[in-house]
Amino acid sequence: MSEPIVRIEGLAKRYGPVVAVDEVDLEIERGELFALLGGSGCGKTTLLRMLAGFETPDAGRVLIDGQDMTGVPPHLRPVNMMFQSYALFPHMTVADNVGYGLRREGVARAETDRRVVEALEQVRLADLARRRPSQLSGGQRQRVALARALVKRPKLLLLDEPLAALDRKLREGTRFELVRLQEELGLTFVMVTHDQDEAMSMASRMAVMDAGRIVQVGSPHEVYERPASRFVADFIGIANILPAAEGRWLALRPEKIVLSTARPDTAHAVAGQIIDIAYEGGRSLHRVALDDGSVMMVATANIARTPDGSFRRGETIWLGWAADAGHPLDT
Amino acid sequence: MIGRARFAFTMLGFGYAFLYLPLALVMFYSFNESRMVTVWGGFSTKWWSALFANEAMLRAAWLSLRIAAVSATLAAVIGLAAGYALARARNFPGRSLFGSLVIAPMVMPEVVMGISMLLLFVGSERLFGGPDRGFLTITLAHVTFSISFVAIIVQARLADFDRSLEEAAMDLGATPWVTFRTVTLPLIAPTVGSGWLLAFTLSLDDLILTQFVAGAQSQTLPMRVYSSVRLGVDPQINVLATVVVMVAACALVLSGWLTRRKA
Repeated sequence: MSEPIVRIEGLAKRYGPVVAVDEVDLEIERGELFALLGGSGCGKTTLLRMLAGFETPDAGRVLIDGQDMTGVPPHLRPVNMMFQSYALFPHMTVADNVGYGLRREGVARAETDRRVVEALEQVRLADLARRRPSQLSGGQRQRVALARALVKRPKLLLLDEPLAALDRKLREGTRFELVRLQEELGLTFVMVTHDQDEAMSMASRMAVMDAGRIVQVGSPHEVYERPASRFVADFIGIANILPAAEGRWLALRPEKIVLSTARPDTAHAVAGQIIDIAYEGGRSLHRVALDDGSVMMVATANIARTPDGSFRRGETIWLGWAADAGHPLDT
Repeated sequence: MIGRARFAFTMLGFGYAFLYLPLALVMFYSFNESRMVTVWGGFSTKWWSALFANEAMLRAAWLSLRIAAVSATLAAVIGLAAGYALARARNFPGRSLFGSLVIAPMVMPEVVMGISMLLLFVGSERLFGGPDRGFLTITLAHVTFSISFVAIIVQARLADFDRSLEEAAMDLGATPWVTFRTVTLPLIAPTVGSGWLLAFTLSLDDLILTQFVAGAQSQTLPMRVYSSVRLGVDPQINVLATVVVMVAACALVLSGWLTRRKA
């Protein structure tokens, strides 16, 4: 495997008594779409800002493409960022916004114009080049911000909550758009998000952060099916955490459990009573109270359009799951 | 409801009359034929021609305008730097002291400032043989109190300035200075413009401080008006007041327009 594009070694940052990032080690490979996922205050944004150079780490190193960037100011880093607020310059046209970085590099006028047009075509905004940011919709602004960050062909594109300011419908389309651009351009994207659906659906690999530390790194599939800890299992999606032998735990996803009226022929089977059903269209989530007083979440896919065969609240039913349905956890 | 609205409008009318009736009267009487300032003797523009033929008055006005323009420009530059430092450098030693020192000239009685400036200029004259009291000393004195006003409005504007714009510029390869020149300054320019106009107006009508630091040869417009009033007023004063009100109104409108344009 080639040298990673980003290597973070023992990176730490504190604000007074608050530890924002706590000795993080991380490697990001070339051409990845890497997501930093975590709740608010977990340190993901501080980590991203240290990659961009806006925050100075208290300890540790940041290497980008093999070069130590730890003390290098933002304007000398081969990295560009798309801001959560987009941070478009309101006193410049769309074309001037996109060309800003090229003018700072001293790229010739004709070359700048050509690359600005090219970048705007990539985000399908070529016909709005003469507009001001205030004359654009939210989705258009997001694409201008993207074009402005891409036009300098950075070694690394940082995206701070890239979809957070968009409405839901637009967000879904934009997810595919970002992944398409990332694959077409072959760039490395590092994205910060608090939205697990966003991280899961877009990232090739992701890091889950909690309290300034990275608690798990892996593909979305690994993180979902083989969470490293009870925290990760609980943070990503829904998990039933069952006690297992020798102080260990078992993380069992709701859709890995089968509901039936008769005792199922699976490795594990327990009886319970449905106390709540949340209908979500594509699936239904059942809260089932077991005889020992614990509550488990069970998901069923709504394959048929008729409600026949679905379960009712108060019904007594059986839960069954296979021997390998759950993932064992040490912590 | 209609009764209440009518009452509110009546009160508003009284308020405006109280503020602007005297000014309207002054403008009206500037076209008076009579020698008496307050007795109507028919329409005439003779006092307008008299004023524009009054050499001493014009010389004083020209001096005042020059002082106002130069001191406002210096105050805008220094005030911009001070306001920027106060808004951005959050933790330098003595920051709060520096913050109070910038505001102090606004609340300091002008007499105190005048005395201290006079002592300074007299002392420097004794030590270095200059500067001569006149244009230079008046300008410097006006700069000292105008800085406060510019610094405070620049600081207030920067307090709600979106820092991510500056970060974006640096991220795209701009050095801190280029960031200031291409992003920060263009966006706060209307505020600096308002500050300049404010400083210009303050300088134009300052009398007390100017009295202390002006030399025998230099007489600004407010000083000239004040001394001519003591000798007895003639309707030229009404004309002058009208002109000053017009200039001030234009400055006010321009300043408001600049501030609104900031987005």
